[in-house]
Amino acid sequence: MKDEVTREDRVANLKGMGCSRKRVEDARFTQGKGNYVDDIKLDGMLFGDFVRSPYAHARIKSIDTSAALEVPGVLAVLTADDLRPLGLHWMPTLAGDKQMVLADGKVLFQGQEVAFVVAEDRYAAADGIELVEVDYEELPVIVDPFESLKSDVVLREDLVAEDGSIPAGAHGPRKHHNHIFTWEAGDKDTTDEVIANAEVVAEESMYYHRTHPCPLETCGCVASMDKVNGKLTLWGTFQAPHAIRTVVSLISGIEEHNIRVISPDIGGGFGNKVGAYPGYVCSVVASIVTGKPVKWIEDRMDNLMTTAFARDYWMKGQISATKEGKITGLKCHVTADHGGFDACADPTKFPAGFMNICTGSYDIPTAHLEVDGVYTNKAPGGVSYRCSFRVTEAVYFIERMIEVLAIKLNMDAAELRRINFIRKEQFPYTAALGWEYDSGDYHTAWDKALKAVDYDGLRAEQAQRVEDFKAGKTRKLMGIGLSFFTEIVGAGPVKNCDILGLGMFDSCEIRIHPTGSAIARLGTISQGQGHATTFAQILASEIGLPADSITIEEGDTDTAPYGLGTYGSRSTPVAGAATAMAGRKIRAKAQMIAAYLLEVHDNDVEFDVDRFVVKGAPEKFKTMKEIAFAAYNQAIPGIEPGLEAVSYYDPPNMTYPFGAYVCVMDIDVDTGVPEIRRFYALDDCGTRINPMIIEGQVHGGLTEALAVALGQEIAYDDMGNVKTGTLMDFFLPTAWEVPNYETDFTVTPSPHHPIGAKGVGESPHVGGVPCFSNAVQDAFRPFGNTHTNMPHDHWRIWRTANELGLHD
Amino acid sequence: MIPAAFEYHRPQDMAGVLAVLEEHGDDARVMAGGHSLIPMMKLRMADVPHLIDLQDVGGLSDIEIGDDSIRIGAMVTQAAIIDHDGLASAAPILREAALQIADPQVRYMGTVGGNVANGDPGNDMPGLMQCLDAVFTVVGPDGERDIPARDFYEAAYMTAREDDEVLTRVTIPLPKGGYAYEKQKRKIGDYATAAAAVQIVKEGGTCASAAIAMTNLSDTPVFSETAGAALVGTSVDDAALKAAVAAMLDDIDPTEDNRGPIAFKKHVAGVILRRAIERAWSRA
Ligand SMILES: Cc1cc2nc3c(=O)[nH]c(=O)nc-3n(C[C@H](O)[C@H](O)[C@H](O)COP(=O)(O)OP(=O)(O)OC[C@H]3O[C@@H](n4cnc5c(N)ncnc54)[C@H](O)[C@@H]3O)c2cc1C
Repeated sequence: MKDEVTREDRVANLKGMGCSRKRVEDARFTQGKGNYVDDIKLDGMLFGDFVRSPYAHARIKSIDTSAALEVPGVLAVLTADDLRPLGLHWMPTLAGDKQMVLADGKVLFQGQEVAFVVAEDRYAAADGIELVEVDYEELPVIVDPFESLKSDVVLREDLVAEDGSIPAGAHGPRKHHNHIFTWEAGDKDTTDEVIANAEVVAEESMYYHRTHPCPLETCGCVASMDKVNGKLTLWGTFQAPHAIRTVVSLISGIEEHNIRVISPDIGGGFGNKVGAYPGYVCSVVASIVTGKPVKWIEDRMDNLMTTAFARDYWMKGQISATKEGKITGLKCHVTADHGGFDACADPTKFPAGFMNICTGSYDIPTAHLEVDGVYTNKAPGGVSYRCSFRVTEAVYFIERMIEVLAIKLNMDAAELRRINFIRKEQFPYTAALGWEYDSGDYHTAWDKALKAVDYDGLRAEQAQRVEDFKAGKTRKLMGIGLSFFTEIVGAGPVKNCDILGLGMFDSCEIRIHPTGSAIARLGTISQGQGHATTFAQILASEIGLPADSITIEEGDTDTAPYGLGTYGSRSTPVAGAATAMAGRKIRAKAQMIAAYLLEVHDNDVEFDVDRFVVKGAPEKFKTMKEIAFAAYNQAIPGIEPGLEAVSYYDPPNMTYPFGAYVCVMDIDVDTGVPEIRRFYALDDCGTRINPMIIEGQVHGGLTEALAVALGQEIAYDDMGNVKTGTLMDFFLPTAWEVPNYETDFTVTPSPHHPIGAKGVGESPHVGGVPCFSNAVQDAFRPFGNTHTNMPHDHWRIWRTANELGLHD
Repeated sequence: MIPAAFEYHRPQDMAGVLAVLEEHGDDARVMAGGHSLIPMMKLRMADVPHLIDLQDVGGLSDIEIGDDSIRIGAMVTQAAIIDHDGLASAAPILREAALQIADPQVRYMGTVGGNVANGDPGNDMPGLMQCLDAVFTVVGPDGERDIPARDFYEAAYMTAREDDEVLTRVTIPLPKGGYAYEKQKRKIGDYATAAAAVQIVKEGGTCASAAIAMTNLSDTPVFSETAGAALVGTSVDDAALKAAVAAMLDDIDPTEDNRGPIAFKKHVAGVILRRAIERAWSRA
């Protein structure tokens, strides 16, 4: 008997959406066959590295490069004076500010790039660096943004007019010479009035500390200027290769068609690799000057100290409610420490990113947000570390304010959330600070989560634990961390999202080969997310060819269509949509071809998994493989040969993934050591393309959340010295510190996304940080704690216990 | 993170090592596992124009368990300590402590000799060796001499070993009674916030002898004789524990760093010591 190929078999054969297809990338990564930028070796390649400032604020009186130039193998030492004639001693930042490429008369943070030593290898460069003599005159250091706004010390003399007045910046008027911008959202007067007349108001100040994305692979590039054909090739760890090409063209004057930017395999980005760094500019200049390829690779300390930090938000909140707990208003003020230059990576119209999503998952009728950006003597950055622009800050803020309000109301924090959630029937929902949430079903997710962890049972156990603690039977407290988050990802609609004028659409271009396999190229670039796996799955379902027969290519600007890259969970919402739309164009043409081949009218055939069938006569069909062959090899009247499509997708709205997390923690009051007993994470990212990859993303995001909540920070001393410049002090969790995660989901598809997907890579980080933090804080709630700042490392947890009088 | 240029020597015997040391004096330094020294060189905090690798010098990697003492060669790795079953029964505190040092990758390279010779207050084995009353044997141009671990440490990175001497072995009197090595750290691969090594002998319900040493709470390891004495003759009850902790606190002198301020470290040191004593006592 002949084996029947069932429809199910045909679906399974595609490995399309919804299947846990194994990652195609892993074969090379697990065998050490990845190709990262530091693996690139070109003939005659030189190596460049920086002389960096040991001071956080100093004037540079002189730079003597003569001894360095004596070192065998050292070819050149570039300083600002060498870049000035080219106009490249400063460069524009993504935030509309400018940043020194090499110190121009002064330095503004420890580790700032002062000179670029170009040598035959990295060893000679390192020896040359030691011998560059820089004469510094130390200046007063400011590491506190509040002090900065009061200080007479001018950090950025370039931003003060000759008559001493302070010209407006890229985001409007500036109040003080160290002030960058004020950004507002919402209705101040109404919010003030609501809060003034409210039955209950809770207030809190919180510091979301400075940390760093710390990808395993640091930043780097290889620049190669071919003087014969005038073409510059730039390989690098770029999360946005096309944007880099355009920026390089704009600042160097090299025409864009003569620049090829290639992002090879990237070992994690998490926002760290979005911006443009002095290393890129110096490598390009050095390659032009020497006519040879030049490589620049950061070491770990360079990476932690100088390229793109995250967070550093001082947030002050007020939340008002009725006695029953219905929230009536929310107010938030942020003092944002941006360091020496404003190099935040946000859509240009949003200098504080999407901080205005800080009303969270709640139906809050009035709200007001104000953010003041401030210069200090710290490294520039302010990137979205595994989150959409400033969404971690926003979600941390609201999820802490909810807890603080629950304490004030003496109410259960889970219940307080439940009575304030935006209800399912309210979507699409326009929040008080302006965003239109596309979809959600928060109550269902919350109830499922609380049931899964037996929330009431946990609270009973916790109450018993407090009794036992008070009776001297135990020295461990139990904390139950709750968090319900709504992300805002998929930037974004070109009408309001651009970076330096570059619209934030994305793209996909597909070519079907005659024998029924395909290549698709996108404007995004994977840094570990598994795009080659998942985008092929989207296409498999859309065009009916097996995912295994579809190659996904990204990261080469000479071949990939223009796009704005991968960060802010935008790849699936934007490029994923472009992929589906391009696939649909393929399908539309395939339908005409199928109809011709089957000798029926176009409307008489319909798509079924991997073929077009004649309606009502399923035995009459043409498979996509057959159609592909015909597309190229059969003369079909009125239809051009070939089967290709391209789509540029400008999303109509952002997508709003959400989730419900619960963490159970035991805390040793005497040592401050927390132990995570349980972590439950329910994510709703809409349509699920690959459940296995989702789970992996959730594990990774939660682990980075654990890091940030429990110890990871970039700390400075009063002199502006970085105290956490190596992995001994900068906390990067390993399998040892990470608990077992339980993952779960609900599915609420995005109504405006072609396949209903929302993006998930960053949700666990956004929701995880407040969840871990709330667990710590909740353990101390019975003893009078309302809020303590992260990171909750041992000594800070111990300090909380100590301040609450829990030590004898 | 690239070290300054250096000359690499790989002598085949101790005479060769001593010859290079003699020739280059201060400019030469021996390397065992390299997991403390190489990071220092890469950070350019240590400048070693002549690096002498001890890997090929024979006779430094043996573990011998005698009737009343244990001899551990300087080049025995922390991983080898953990893997040695004879040691695990003769001196189980060694395995318990070694398992709390760094991570498996570091322990495959890091040696006992390097750990005790390094002189970094963060290293775990110096305190451990003081607790066990070990003796370090060094060899130099004038031959061999023995230095008790309890007299070896002078200040951070300053020890009783002369620059031209090489540590060859550690000799430990066979430990008796219950033991514990208790360490609090922020994460895997971290040096101690506070650590305590305790070896305790119980006779008929009372403590006959106790040795206590603390790690990373001063610029040297701290052997607290008075803390041990506070336990002797007691039933290691709450009062004795308190007295031992109080005595230890008098002996340590922690400094503030990223692990926390002094008050926190002292508090944790007390908690850690109490737990170590309780565990050791339960095993005695
Ligand atoms: C990530 C990381 C985490 C770590 N965590 C810990 C920890 O938690 N606890 C801990 O105790 N250690 C820790 N270490 C240090 C590790 O245990 C080292 O290996 C050990 O301190 C030194 O041993 P070594 O064999 O590597 O010595 P080396 O690095 O080779 O030498 C260290 C010093 O001792 C000298 N020296 C070495 N051998 C001799 C000898 N025979 N005679 C004379 N002088 C000698 C060297 O000249 C050098 O000055 C860590 C290291 C790393 C990299």
